[in-house]
Amino acid sequence: MIDISTAFAGGKKAFAAFITAGDPTLEDTKRYLGIIQDCGADIIEVGIPFSDPIAEGEVIQDADARALAGGATLDKIFQMVEGVQKKVPYLFMTYANPVYFYGYARFFERCRRAGVSGVIIPDIPFEESGEVKEVAANYGVTVIDMVAPTSEERIKKVCAQSRGFIYLVSSLGVTGMRSHIDTNISSVYGRIRAVTDTPVCVGFGISSPEQAKKMAGECDGAIVGSAIVKIIGQEGSHADEKLADFITSVASAVHSV
Amino acid sequence: MQNEKKGRFGKFGGQYVPETLMHALEELEQAYAHFSADEQFNAELKYLLDEYAGRPSRLYYARNLSEYAGGCKIYLKREDLNHTGAHKINNALGQALLAKKMGKKRLIAETGAGQHGVATATAAALLGMECEIYMGKEDIVRQALNVYRMKLLGARVHAVTSGTKTLKDAVNECMREWTNRISDTHYCLGSVMGPHPFPTIVRDFQAVISREARAQILEKEGRLPAAVVACVGGGSNAIGAFYHFIPDAGVRLIGCEAAGRGVNTLQTAATVATGRPGIFHGMFSLFCQDGCGQIAPVYSISAGLDYPGVGPEHAYLHDIGRAEYVPVTDDEAVEAFELLSRTEGIIPAIESAHAVAHAVRVAKEYGADENIIICLSGRGDKDVAAIARYKGESIYD
Repeated sequence: MIDISTAFAGGKKAFAAFITAGDPTLEDTKRYLGIIQDCGADIIEVGIPFSDPIAEGEVIQDADARALAGGATLDKIFQMVEGVQKKVPYLFMTYANPVYFYGYARFFERCRRAGVSGVIIPDIPFEESGEVKEVAANYGVTVIDMVAPTSEERIKKVCAQSRGFIYLVSSLGVTGMRSHIDTNISSVYGRIRAVTDTPVCVGFGISSPEQAKKMAGECDGAIVGSAIVKIIGQEGSHADEKLADFITSVASAVHSV
Repeated sequence: MQNEKKGRFGKFGGQYVPETLMHALEELEQAYAHFSADEQFNAELKYLLDEYAGRPSRLYYARNLSEYAGGCKIYLKREDLNHTGAHKINNALGQALLAKKMGKKRLIAETGAGQHGVATATAAALLGMECEIYMGKEDIVRQALNVYRMKLLGARVHAVTSGTKTLKDAVNECMREWTNRISDTHYCLGSVMGPHPFPTIVRDFQAVISREARAQILEKEGRLPAAVVACVGGGSNAIGAFYHFIPDAGVRLIGCEAAGRGVNTLQTAATVATGRPGIFHGMFSLFCQDGCGQIAPVYSISAGLDYPGVGPEHAYLHDIGRAEYVPVTDDEAVEAFELLSRTEGIIPAIESAHAVAHAVRVAKEYGADENIIICLSGRGDKDVAAIARYKGESIYD
């Protein structure tokens, strides 16, 4: 697996792109992953669909429902991701229950075999993350810690032993495109920097190249999810061209910082 | 790893929520620790429960039902006689008062059958707070009267159209809304579920049921009951009815789950009978799931028991063998709904009817000098139209 730190090598700003596995089919996802890495994404987050994604807005909720209706299971997703020639670090983003159900050891062993460097599990906060981090570490897989605008004095304990990067949630609420991000990202970034050197990427609500550029300028990288998933939601199996254009424009905006 | 794990009942419970909510849970935990030990808070809550909600609720000897069952004496803990018609008001008043003391101005809540939504809307009206209720679109159809009741009380009712459009999805939507607006908003969770500290807070507010019932049965019968029987969805009336009997090893604690069309079908909501351990809605507990860890769609005639999980303290009581959990089907519940109506002139909530159905069987195991208590968690007015439809009669709400 590719080390997550390569995405930030030489002080480069990172663009992390999210896509839901199996939306609309796993064959499409495999092709889209190739496009996304070829068009300049530095980190790829593959969403494992869950029946009840409580941190997601409507765009990704709908993508999860389409993927599950299409028969995307964890075994098939592992198989698909394993077959992708990876040029950048890959992460899984999912919820606690599919991972727990699969079995932590079995899940992270498959991550290692599939070349997946890390996981983001939004409903396992720091206090509950001990067991999952321990098992993941046995297989060389990184568990990404999250910081929110409400974290405040929690930042110290959440970030102290963080690895890979820190996922800074830009705003209150769930994932989804926003026209404005009100949180003072620079200020939260400063508080994190006082605790750790781990890179910080901002996600939730970033929908345009301009926003991605602004956010990446205030920390170490920008994460874009719903805007990508929305294109696939609209274009289905024929999103190749629009996806390539969008990824290219966000990547060049982030890399121009 | 030196992570602290909070709010555990054995291995069950915990705080599995997005980071955005963790600060709010810490704040709630601290506030509850402070106010639950505060004399003035407890005096205010007692005043509301007694003078406004009508506590203590009666422990009624159901002579006709007992004769019908032909075993021991059956007592009904009449939570259906509370203001708003169910046990839900005990928790709603407690949490609304707590939220008000914390400086919150707005309550949000999920509801299944609508009883918790009505109770929360009632508490909000009384205490001058804003109120928004999330209810599955399916349940809005099943419980139209309660929807209008909530609106009458000044609440906004949001139809939840995601997922299975029932209670589970209403909880999802509430959690999403809470992450969206936290500083002035309290999530008034309606059952003994969700992330710590909710299972403890809701249990404490509902424990008034068994505190009263234990004293009442000792006064009337001079002995403890052989069993306490209650219906279990998330499990708030059951934990309330069990709690002060837990140390009484001789008292059987029996939770009645909604089996829907049967535990051997996919149309069931019997979590203990058909579920397995998992992590969902903030807690490590038992959940109905498919073969890949996706939360399973569940079914019950009762909107209030139509939930794919069970509170972590129930999972624990099951795990250590202190409480028994039995499935009761739609048909059995409807039969008990009619039975209690005809024998005692008491129309029970279809949720509570699940407990009545099983209690009649349990009563036969004991002699006439013994007794059991059914927690009659709510009244059945809200269900009359749905039961008529179930029986093939077409009447309008």
